Order: sequence, then structure tokens, then C-alpha cells
Amino acid sequence: MSERQTIDARGSFCPGPLMELIARIKQAEVGDELEVLSTDEGSANDIPEWVKKVGHEMVESFQNGDVWHVVVRKSK
Amino acid sequence: MKILIVGGGMGGTILANNLAHRLKHELKQGKAQITMLSASDRHMYQPGLLYVSIGRMATDALYREQTSLLEPEIEFHVDPVTTFTLDQNQVTTQSGKTYGYDMLVIATGSRAMPETIPGLAENSVNCYTEANAIEMWRQVREFQGGTVTIAVGVPHKCPMIPLEVTFVLHDYFKERGILDKVKFQYTYPIGRIHSLAPVGEWAKGEFDRLGIQYETLFNMKEVDGANKVVHSEEGTQSHYDLLVAVPPHKGMAVIEENGLGQSGWIPTDRHSLKMEGRDNVYVLGDTTNLPISKAGSTAHFEAEALAENLAAIVKLGEPVRDYDGKVFCFIEAGSDRATYAMFNYNQPPAPKPPNRAVHWFKMAYNQLYWASARGLL
Ligand SMILES: Cc1cc2nc3c(=O)[nH]c(=O)nc-3n(C[C@H](O)[C@H](O)[C@H](O)COP(=O)(O)OP(=O)(O)OC[C@H]3O[C@@H](n4cnc5c(N)ncnc54)[C@H](O)[C@@H]3O)c2cc1C
Repeated sequence: MSERQTIDARGSFCPGPLMELIARIKQAEVGDELEVLSTDEGSANDIPEWVKKVGHEMVESFQNGDVWHVVVRKSK
Repeated sequence: MKILIVGGGMGGTILANNLAHRLKHELKQGKAQITMLSASDRHMYQPGLLYVSIGRMATDALYREQTSLLEPEIEFHVDPVTTFTLDQNQVTTQSGKTYGYDMLVIATGSRAMPETIPGLAENSVNCYTEANAIEMWRQVREFQGGTVTIAVGVPHKCPMIPLEVTFVLHDYFKERGILDKVKFQYTYPIGRIHSLAPVGEWAKGEFDRLGIQYETLFNMKEVDGANKVVHSEEGTQSHYDLLVAVPPHKGMAVIEENGLGQSGWIPTDRHSLKMEGRDNVYVLGDTTNLPISKAGSTAHFEAEALAENLAAIVKLGEPVRDYDGKVFCFIEAGSDRATYAMFNYNQPPAPKPPNRAVHWFKMAYNQLYWASARGLL
């Protein structure tokens, strides 16, 4: 069954939110959603760029206070 | 109060010694007890493996006897934990013994897993174990020219290794006089050449100056050894004659087997370093799931914060501080220059241009480490 996992990458300069997502998405099941929490504004751009290049799916991306939420569905 | 530390690497050792200093009286009076269980009677200085892989350090310089590093009040056993029974405040070891605790600290580290990417283990070199570093040095020594491709798996310990291994190999081939026959192809998983943006900016300038080619958004999918090609998840490929890998890592198998954390990464509170959902279990170093560098310095700063808190719990019944996410990483920028990056959860790094003084400080730190492990630095 697919589920939504949260990746709390707030305050992460190294390895950073995208690297955290890449590490976690490998362990997830196809269909799972991963919600990345990031305080790095760049994540709102660099996560969708990677997701598109590798062939996963962007679900949504929004800002809540200082935190960006980027939700991705593993599709392969 | 019984404190049990599982793992005698960087984090566990610094914690145990720091605690022994802070709890000198309590240990003497029998009010506190520190026990460490580890998997080896030797302590390895893992950063030395980078130098072994380019023939700059002998392997015996990597080790000290673990007992020689520990304060005498610490009870130490080489007896790896096989079962964690957290609900009963106890662990069981390989020899069949059971150890109880009031406070447990898990610091079992992480391991490189090249076998998780098809073809990687058989067709690449890396500097993540003693045997691999020796084999890497053999292949580097015998290399007569061609493309050196650097490929990086996620997650990995020591975030500086991808850049450092590139710079030190560049200078090694230059010193051997064969640089004109060697082409470097550096690849990196995200959209810049290092996760720390300012480090990536600086390194890009260095790569351009040295003629090192790079491809970003490159995550290893499989290695085709017959055709000497690495394929990426993003659908591109890179040819190699020598493939230098930074393999993806996992925590130790015992962590996942005991259901403490997927892939061996234990869910950990970023400030208190408590295992999530547990009040008397703490996690330190590489095996946390925290979104910060898996580095010795991380383990060191976490150990200092945790030692202060555990000692305060023994003395006052309450912790006294938060871990702030502090990390400090040296960055070797060749055979004679280095810089560093320091940051925490709130402060980004601002690395300075590399110089000789920082390189020699890193060389000195390779020796000073032993004082640091004893809790003296
Ligand atoms: C090539 C290389 C270069 C590096 N360079 C740097 C650098 O320049 N700067 C830096 O800060 N970091 C560097 N690091 C990273 C650093 O070495 C690690 O991040 C650090 O050692 C992590 O500390 P730790 O205590 O979490 O784990 P470790 O130091 O790996 O210790 C884990 C301990 O757990 C024990 N153990 C394992 N399983 C069990 C069990 N079942 N029961 C009991 N004990 C167990 C092991 O025997 C070991 O003692 C480098 C690493 C490598 C490989």
C-alpha cells in the first residue's frame, strides 16, 4: 500500500534536501509519496528539476512560513 | 546509573571518555557506571584511508588498541550486540551475554555498500575499507592513462571525499608525470558539484582551472564492466578506464534487523539526540537519520553535547543543552593545499580559499585525532 513519508531536511546544508530525497526514494515503493521539508529556497526548484529528469512525479510544492514542502511520488 | 554505549568508533569513544571525565566522582563512588560494547579491539582512524589509497600512509598508522584510548573507569568488551530489547532496557551480544542499562547510546556507524548497485563492486575502486584502499592504491599505481571517472552514491559518509579523491588523484598523476595522459570525469548526484553550495562554487573554479570535466545530476544505476560504462538513473552514461566510487552507504545490519531503523538509520531527534519514541535511548554519529553530514566531526560534536547532557542527567536529573547541528570538515584541495567548511542547522558555511597552512593542520590533526578520541581535545 502506498503511503506518504516525511523527510525532515530543514536546516540541512550538507547533504541537503535533494540528496536526502535521492537516498530515501531508493528505499521507497513505487507509488509512495515523499514529502520533503526544507528551509532552503533552492529546493523548490532543484527537487522538481531532478524529479523530472529521472522520471518520478511531482505532486505539489508549497511554502508554509519558512518551510518549503515538496511532495514527490515514486513512479518507477 | 548504568550507561551503556554500543559502538567504539569516533562517536562512542569520544562520548565515553568525555563522560568519564565529567563523572569522575560518581564513577568512583559507584553512582555511575559506563560500559562500552564494540565489534573490534582496534580503533580505526577512517580518514587515514584516503591517504592509504594514494600510497601516502601505511595501514598500521590507521590503528590504535581501543583499550589504550579509553579511560580506565570504562568497562570495555569486544562483544558485538546482536539483539536490542529496548522495552526491557537490555541488549544481548554475540557471546550470549545480556547487558542492562538505564541509558543506552547507539553509535554503530555506517558501511559502504557497493554491492547495492549492479556491477559497481566488481568494476570500481574505493577507499572505504582497508582492503579496498589497498586495492585502490594498487590500481592507481598501475594506471598508465585514460579516463578516471568519479561516481558518487547516496547517502555516503564523509561528504568531502568525492572532491578530495579527485584533487589528490589529480596531483598524484601530475607528480608521476602522466597527467597529460589522464582525463578526469567527475560526476555528482545533484545539480552542482558539491552539496554545500559555496564549496561547489569554489570547486567548480578549481575544476575549470585544472581541466577536470564534470557532469551533475548523475546517480549511478548500473556499471557495465565489459564496456567500461557507468549508466545513470537520469539516462546518461559515462565511460571510464578507472572507476573511483564513493559507494552508497547503509547503517549496520543489526540496526535494521532489530527494527530500529530502515537501512540502518535510526530516527533521531535533531536536538536531544534521543531515538524517536524512546526516553532513555540516544543515537550518535553516522547511524542517525539526521539530515547532516555523516562525518567524524559530526560524531565528535554530537558526543560532546550528549556527554554534557548525560552527565547532567546523572548529576541533576535533567539535560542542559541542545545539539545545534555543528559540523566541521577539512577539504584537501590537492597534495599541499586545503580548506575547511563549518556550519550548523542555522549557519551556512563560508569556506575560504585553500592554503598550505590548513593542509598542514589537517596533517597534524591526523595525529592529534588520538588525543581527540581520548576526550582531550
Ligand atoms: C575514507 C574516509 C575518510 C573520511 N574522512 C573524514 C574526514 O576527513 N573528516 C571527518 O570528519 N570524517 C571523515 N570520515 C568519516 C568518519 O570516519 C565517520 O563519519 C565516523 O567514523 C563516524 O563515527 P561513528 O562513531 O558514527 O562510527 P564509527 O567510527 O564507524 O564506529 C562504529 C563503531 O561501532 C562498532 N560496531 C559496529 N557494529 C557493532 C555492534 N553490532 N555492536 C557493537 N559495536 C558495533 C564498530 O566496531 C565501531 O567501533 C571519513 C571516513 C572514511 C571512510
